[in-house]
Amino acid sequence: MPLPAFDTPLIFETGQDGRANRYVAPAPPLAEFLPASAVRDDLPLPDNSELDVVRHFTRLSQKTFGIDTTFYPLGSCTMKYNPRINDALANLPAMRDLHPYAPDELAQGALAVMWELERSLASLFGMAAFSLNPAAGAHAELTALLIAKAYFAKRGDAKRTTVIVPDTAHGTNPASAAMVGYKVVSLKSDERGRVSLEAIKAAVGDDTAVCMMTNPNTLGLFEDQIHEIAAAVHAAGGLMYYDGANANALMGNSRPGDMGFDLMHLNLHKTFSIPHGGGGAGAGPVGVAAHLVPFLPVPVVRAEGVDEITGDWRSDERTFHLDFDRPDAIGTMRSFWSNFAHMVRALAYCYANGAAGLTRVSQLAILNANYIRASIKDLIDIPYDEPNRHEFVASAASIKRETGVRALDIGKALLDRGYHAPTVYFPLLVPECLMIEPTETESKETLDAFIAALRDILIAARDNPQSVLDTPVNTVVGRVDETRAARQPDLRWHPAEA
Amino acid sequence: MVRVVGVDSIDDLVRVPDAVALTAELDVVPARSEMEIAERFGELAARTTASAYTSFLGAGAYRHYVPPVVGAIAMRGEFLTSYTPYQAEVSQGYLQAIYEWQTYIALLTGMDVANASVYDGATALAEGAIMAINATGRKAILVSRAVHPQYRAVLRTYARGLDVAVDELPLASDGTTDASQLDAALADQRYAAVVVQSPNFFGAIDTLAPAAVAAIRATKTLLIGVTAEALALAALVPPSSWGVDIAVGEGQSFGNAVAYGGPHVGFIAAREEQLRRIPGRLVGRTVDNDGRTAYVLTLQAREQHIRREKATSNICTNQAHCALVATIYLAALGKTGLRDVAAHNLARTAELRAAVTAVDGVHLRFTATSFNEIVVRVPAPAAEILRVLQSRGIIGGLDLGRFYPDLADCILMNATELTTSAQIAQLAGALKDAVRDAVASV
Repeated sequence: MPLPAFDTPLIFETGQDGRANRYVAPAPPLAEFLPASAVRDDLPLPDNSELDVVRHFTRLSQKTFGIDTTFYPLGSCTMKYNPRINDALANLPAMRDLHPYAPDELAQGALAVMWELERSLASLFGMAAFSLNPAAGAHAELTALLIAKAYFAKRGDAKRTTVIVPDTAHGTNPASAAMVGYKVVSLKSDERGRVSLEAIKAAVGDDTAVCMMTNPNTLGLFEDQIHEIAAAVHAAGGLMYYDGANANALMGNSRPGDMGFDLMHLNLHKTFSIPHGGGGAGAGPVGVAAHLVPFLPVPVVRAEGVDEITGDWRSDERTFHLDFDRPDAIGTMRSFWSNFAHMVRALAYCYANGAAGLTRVSQLAILNANYIRASIKDLIDIPYDEPNRHEFVASAASIKRETGVRALDIGKALLDRGYHAPTVYFPLLVPECLMIEPTETESKETLDAFIAALRDILIAARDNPQSVLDTPVNTVVGRVDETRAARQPDLRWHPAEA
Repeated sequence: MVRVVGVDSIDDLVRVPDAVALTAELDVVPARSEMEIAERFGELAARTTASAYTSFLGAGAYRHYVPPVVGAIAMRGEFLTSYTPYQAEVSQGYLQAIYEWQTYIALLTGMDVANASVYDGATALAEGAIMAINATGRKAILVSRAVHPQYRAVLRTYARGLDVAVDELPLASDGTTDASQLDAALADQRYAAVVVQSPNFFGAIDTLAPAAVAAIRATKTLLIGVTAEALALAALVPPSSWGVDIAVGEGQSFGNAVAYGGPHVGFIAAREEQLRRIPGRLVGRTVDNDGRTAYVLTLQAREQHIRREKATSNICTNQAHCALVATIYLAALGKTGLRDVAAHNLARTAELRAAVTAVDGVHLRFTATSFNEIVVRVPAPAAEILRVLQSRGIIGGLDLGRFYPDLADCILMNATELTTSAQIAQLAGALKDAVRDAVASV
C-alpha cells in the first residue's frame, strides 16, 4: 500500500497573519487584566486557516500506518482491531466532560464503570483486586514494585533488595526495578527458552524482593514450571510479579493468580482493544493478591457494604465512592484517578465479549500465531520450534550469514508490501530476531496474504539479497539516517528558520 | 488452519499444566450486542448526573471550547490505531506531528527542547525531579506548598522509591510561595531542585522574585517550573523568562477532555544542557538515504528498551494521541485564538471575582494576581456551603480543606471561556442564600 509521496511543510512554515479562525469572539487585550510585567509580549505561533490545518494533518495521517489500513504483526504489542463503539462511548458527554473533583454522588455511573471493570478483571486474572490508577504498563510495573517495597517495609524485612528478571523480559522490567532502588539479577533462559526451576532455586535468597516474569514469555512459550517457580520464590520469602504484556494468550485458560503471582499488570491498550494512538495514552491496571490489597495506590473505587475482594462486578442498586483513606497505600501514581476514558473502552470490550468471548479471543490469537509459524518455518529458522502461544520468534541469523540480509531488512521489505514490520531484535537472546504476533482479529485471508508476502521476501533474500537490502522504496521516505539524528539532534523548529 | 499447524484442535495449542489450568467460574460482565452495550452505557451516563450541574471546578482539569475539527482529524484511523513510530518509513506523518508538538511546547515554555510527552502533569513533575537529581547528584527536592497537592503526592510516591527527601516551602499570605526562608534552606546545597508552580494551585501567578532565582542559581540548584493550566502559557511571561531550568506541566487544556481525570498529557521541556537527561521519546529531524527530510525517534540510548536498568526512566508509552490532539488544537487556534481564549478566561474570572466577592461575608482569600482561578473565604466550612450550592444545581468549586486543613473555609473557583454571565449570576445568587443560611444557623 504505497503512501502518498508529497512533502508536507511544518505547520510553522505555512501560517500567515490574518488567517486566524474565529472560534471565540474577539477579546479585550490581556493588559486589561494583568500587570504589564506579567504579560507575555511575544507568542511566536502561526495562524493557519482551518482548511490548511485539516489538509496538513490529513496528509500527515496518510503518511502513517495504522491497524485500520495495515496488518500489524508486531510482537508483544497486540495490535488488534479497536472497535469504534468504544470511542463513541468514551465520548458520551456525561463521561467525557465529568470533572475528576465532581462529588462522588454525581459521578455514580462513572464509578460504576470503574467498579464493573475492576471486578471483572479480578475474576478474569485470579487477583483479589485491581488498581486502575497507573497510566501505562511501565507505570504499572513501578506501582507494583512500590507496593512490594511497602509490603516488605511494613513487615520490617529490610534485606530484600534484589529483583530477578529473566533475559526474555521487557526492558521496562529492569528499568522499573532501578526506579525503586532494587538491584537487578538477570536470569538466563534454558535451552527450551524458559526459566528453569533450577536457575530460580539458585537465584533466590533472603535478599529476593520480587521475581518479574511474563507467561507466555516473550518467546511466545508457556512457562510450564511456573507453579513450581512461584513456590520456590515464595519459599524464599519473595513475591511473584506478572508482566501482563502477553495476557492476550491467557484469558479463560489460565490465571496469573492461580499460577502463584502476587502482583500483575495489564496493558489495557493491548489485550482490551484500546487504540494505541501512536504510542499512548495507555492504561495499566495493577492487580494484587489479598495480602497486598492494603498497599494499592489511592483512590480505590468501593461499593458501599460490599467487600472489596469478594464483591462481584454488579453495579445496579449499589452506591460507590472513591476511597482515599487507606493508611498503608503507597500514595498515588498520577494526577486524578485513572485514564478513565480507557476504562470505558475496556469495559465496553468486556461487554462485547463476555467470559466465553474473551476465552475465544485468546484461543484464536494462539491459533493465528501458530498458523503463521507453521507456514513459514521451511524458509526461516524458528529457534524454539514447538507450538507457541499468541506470538513466536523467528531468527534471520542464518539468512544473514549466507546473504547479508538481516531481520531489519526483512522488516523493511514488509513495509514495501503494505505490512507493518514485526518487532525486531527483541527478545535480546535470539540473534536477528523477528517477533510475530498477529492477534485474533485478523482473518485467514489476511494471514495468507501476509504469509505469501513474507515467503516471497525470504526467497528473494536468498535469490537476490540486494532487492531486499534496497527496501523500502514504496514508502514516503527511504531508510532514515538515524546516526545523523542522534549526533546532530534537531528536535524542534526555530523561528529563525522562517 | 489447525491442520497446517499440525494439531487436532485448538485445545492442543492452549493446554497448560493441570496445576495452573483454570478451574474457577469466571464472573465478568455478560456478553451483549453492540446495541445493548450502547444502551448499558446510556444508563451509566444517566447515573453520572454531574453533567446537569453548572460547574466551577478547575484545580488542574479545565473545560475549554474544543473546535470540532480537532476530534475530526485526530480520530482518523491512521493516527488512532498506529503504534509507537519505531518504523520511521511508515510513520513519517505521526513523527512530524510529534516534532511539531515538541516545537509548540518549546515555543510556549520558551525552553530549548521538549519531549514527546509523558503521562500527565504530576508524573511530568516527578520525572523532572529525577532529571534534577541525576544532574546534581543530590537527593532532596524543595517544593512549594502552592504546587498542586496531587502533583506533590505523586512526587512523594516516586521519591519514596528513590529514597529522596521532599521538603516544602510555605505559603505567603497573598497565596504565592513564601520564599523568605529560601536562602537558609539552600545554604547547605542539599536540594537538587526547587519546584514552583505558576499559575499555582490557587490560580495565582507565582513566579519567584529575581533574588530568589539568583539564590537558586548560586547554589547550583535547579528550578523546576510547573504549569497545570497550559493555556496560561499563551498569556503569561513564559517559564524560560523567570529562570526555570526544567518546565513541566499538563497540556490537557489544549483540546483534551477532562474525562474524569484522564488520559491527559504531560510535557517536559528543558534547557539544552539537560537534553540527554530528558526521559521518554524524542523525535528528531534528519534525512533519508536520498537526502529527503525525514523524522525519526532519536537519542534512544537514554531509553529503557536499550539501557534497561541504566535508563533515564522506565517510561515506554507516552501520551502520543493526547499530544496529537493538543497539536491540532494549537494549530487550529493559532496565536490569535489562544490569546483570545486566554483573555476570555481572564475576563470571566474577573467577572466571577467581582460577583462572588460582592456577596456579604464572602471575601477574596488570596490577593495575588490570578489567571483563571480564585480562592474565596466563606463564613462557614466550605463543604457546607458547597452542599447548599449543589442542592441548587451548582458545583461551586473545590473545598480546599480537602488538601489544606488551614483553608477549610475556602473554595477554589474556576471560570473559563465557557463560563457564562448567567452562570456566574446563578452562582452569586445561590452563594448569597447559602451564606445567609449558614450565618443564621450559627
